Amino acid sequence: MAVVVSSPATTRGTWMTHTVLPGFGLTMGFTLVYLSLIVLLPLAALVIRASGLGWDQFVEVVTAPRALAAYRLSFGAAFIAASVNIVFGVLVAWVLVRYRFPFKRLVDGLVDLPFALPTAVAGIALATLFSKNGWIGRLVEPLGFKVAFTPFGVVIALVFIGLPFVVRTVQPVLQDLDKEVEEAAASLGADRFQTFRHIILPSILPAAVTGFALAFARAIGEYGSVIFIAGNLPMKSEIVPLLIIIKLEQFDYRGAAAIGAAMLAASFVLLLVINLLQRWSRRRMGGA
Amino acid sequence: MIAKNSGEEIFRTKINPITEGRAMRIGLITASLAYMLLFLVLPVVTVFVEALGKGVGTYFEAIKDPAALSAIKLTLLTAAIAVPLNMIFGVAASWAIAKFDFRGKSVLITLIDLPFSVSPVISGLIYVLLFGAQGFFGSWLAEHDVQIVFAVPGIVLATIFVTFPFVARELIPLMQEQGTEEEEAARSLGAGGWQTFWRVTLPNIRWGLLYGVLLCNARAMGEFGAVSVVSGKIRGLTNTMPLHVEILYNEYNIVAAFAVASLLAFLALVTLVAKGLLEWAYGHELGGSRT
Repeated sequence: MAVVVSSPATTRGTWMTHTVLPGFGLTMGFTLVYLSLIVLLPLAALVIRASGLGWDQFVEVVTAPRALAAYRLSFGAAFIAASVNIVFGVLVAWVLVRYRFPFKRLVDGLVDLPFALPTAVAGIALATLFSKNGWIGRLVEPLGFKVAFTPFGVVIALVFIGLPFVVRTVQPVLQDLDKEVEEAAASLGADRFQTFRHIILPSILPAAVTGFALAFARAIGEYGSVIFIAGNLPMKSEIVPLLIIIKLEQFDYRGAAAIGAAMLAASFVLLLVINLLQRWSRRRMGGA
Repeated sequence: MIAKNSGEEIFRTKINPITEGRAMRIGLITASLAYMLLFLVLPVVTVFVEALGKGVGTYFEAIKDPAALSAIKLTLLTAAIAVPLNMIFGVAASWAIAKFDFRGKSVLITLIDLPFSVSPVISGLIYVLLFGAQGFFGSWLAEHDVQIVFAVPGIVLATIFVTFPFVARELIPLMQEQGTEEEEAARSLGAGGWQTFWRVTLPNIRWGLLYGVLLCNARAMGEFGAVSVVSGKIRGLTNTMPLHVEILYNEYNIVAAFAVASLLAFLALVTLVAKGLLEWAYGHELGGSRT
C-alpha cells in the first residue's frame, strides 16, 4: 500500500514535493498569517520606530551614560549568573545522571521550577529571603554582604532564572555518554579526575556552553524576578528592561524603541551564537 | 605470598573504575542539593510562609478582596483566549512543518521560536508602539474609540506573543518523529482530510499537545513583564494576578501580596507535577528528548 506514496526526494524546480496528505495550504497559510500578525509585524514596528530617529540620534540615545550603565549591569550580572550556573548546572546534571539518592525524581522535577514559577512571584520571594530580616539576608548581612537592593541582588535573581538551562542541556549528553571510554581510560591508569578532565569534560563542554548561552540570553532580558530585589537606582542598579519601561512612562516612545531595538539586536546575535553552538554540540554527539 | 596477597586485595576492594569514592559522591550530592535548596526550595517556601504568616483568616481575606478577585478573573480570561489560539496555531504549524517538505523550513522554525529570545519588556513594548496613543495605529484607534493598549486586548496580545512557541515547539519534533505513514495509510483507505486528522493524528499527538498546553498555560497565567508594559495597571480593570502581586507588594501589603502570589506558586507546582507525571507515564509519546 505504501507503494503509491511518492518518494520524499525533492524534484528539482518544485517548491515542495507531492504528497497525498491534504491541508498544506490551509495550515501553512494560517501559520504564516498568525506568525506575521503576532510576531513579525510588531517586531518590524519596533525597528521602524527606532529607525525614525535617524542614525546620529539613535547612537546618542543608545550610548547615553545611563543606558551604558544599564548595559554594564544587565550584561555583567547575566555573565556572572550564567558562570555560576555553568558550574553548578554541570554538578546538578552529573549528580542526577550518575548517582542514586532518595527523592531523585522529585529533585529532577524541581529543576524546572524557574520555568514554571511566575517571575513576579520569584522576585518578591527572593527579595524577602535576601532582605535584612529575611532567612538568608539575616545570616549574610552581618558578614558584610548586602544582597537586596544592590547589583549583587540582580545576580541572585538571574542565577535563579538561569538554573534549569545548563542542567537541561547537559543532562541528555551525560546520559548518552559511552561508559566504555571511561572504563578504557581507567584501565590505562587514568585516575577519576584525569578521566573527567580529558574524557568527560570535552564531551559535555559544547552542551554546557550552549546552556550558558541560553541562560545568558534569558538573563539580559529578564525583568520580573529582578526588579524587586534590585535597588533600581539609575546608573547603579537599573537593568536595561527597566530603563525601557521608564522611558515609556515618560512617553519617550522613540527612546524606548531605540534601546529596545539595540537589545533586540543583541538577542538576535545571541540566537545565532546559540544555533551555532547547538550545531557544534550535535556534531560532537553525532561523532561519538 | 606477597604477590598473592596484593592480588587478592585488589580483587576484594572491588573499586568501580568509573565512579567516584563514596565520600566524593556524598559530597557532590550534598553540594548540588544545597544549591537547589538555596535557590529553588527556599523561595517557594517563603511564598507560603509569608502568605500564611498572619493566619488563615487574613490569607482568605486577601484573596477574597474584590481587586484580587477581579485580577484572578482577568488572568483566567487572558489564558482562556491566549492558550486555545496558540494551541490551534501550534497544531497547524506542526502539521505544515512535519508532514510536508518545503524550502525554508528551518527559517520558519526559527521564526516561530523567536518570541522566546525577546525580552518580555520588548514583547509588551512592540504593542505599545503599534497601538498606543503615539503608536502607528494610535490616532485611528482613538477616532474609532477602540482601546487596545492599557486595556484587556493589549494584555491578551502580549500574552499571546510570549506564549506563542510553546505548543508548536512540543509538537513539531514529535510529529516529525512520527512521520506521515499512518496518515497516508488512512488516506489510501479512503479517509478524508479532517477524518485523518481527528482519528489518526490527534490520538498520536494528544499527550504532547497536552504537555505543550500545560506549559503554555503556566506562562500565560504568570507572565509579568510584557503584561506590565501594556496594562496600565488599573485596579479592578486591567490588573492580572502577577501585576496585582506587584501593586500589593509596593504598597507594603506584604501578606496580601504573598497570598495572591501563593495561588500562582501553587499553579506552578501543579504544572510541574502534571509535567512530571506526563513524562513518567507517556514519555515515549512526547517526542524530542523527553523520552
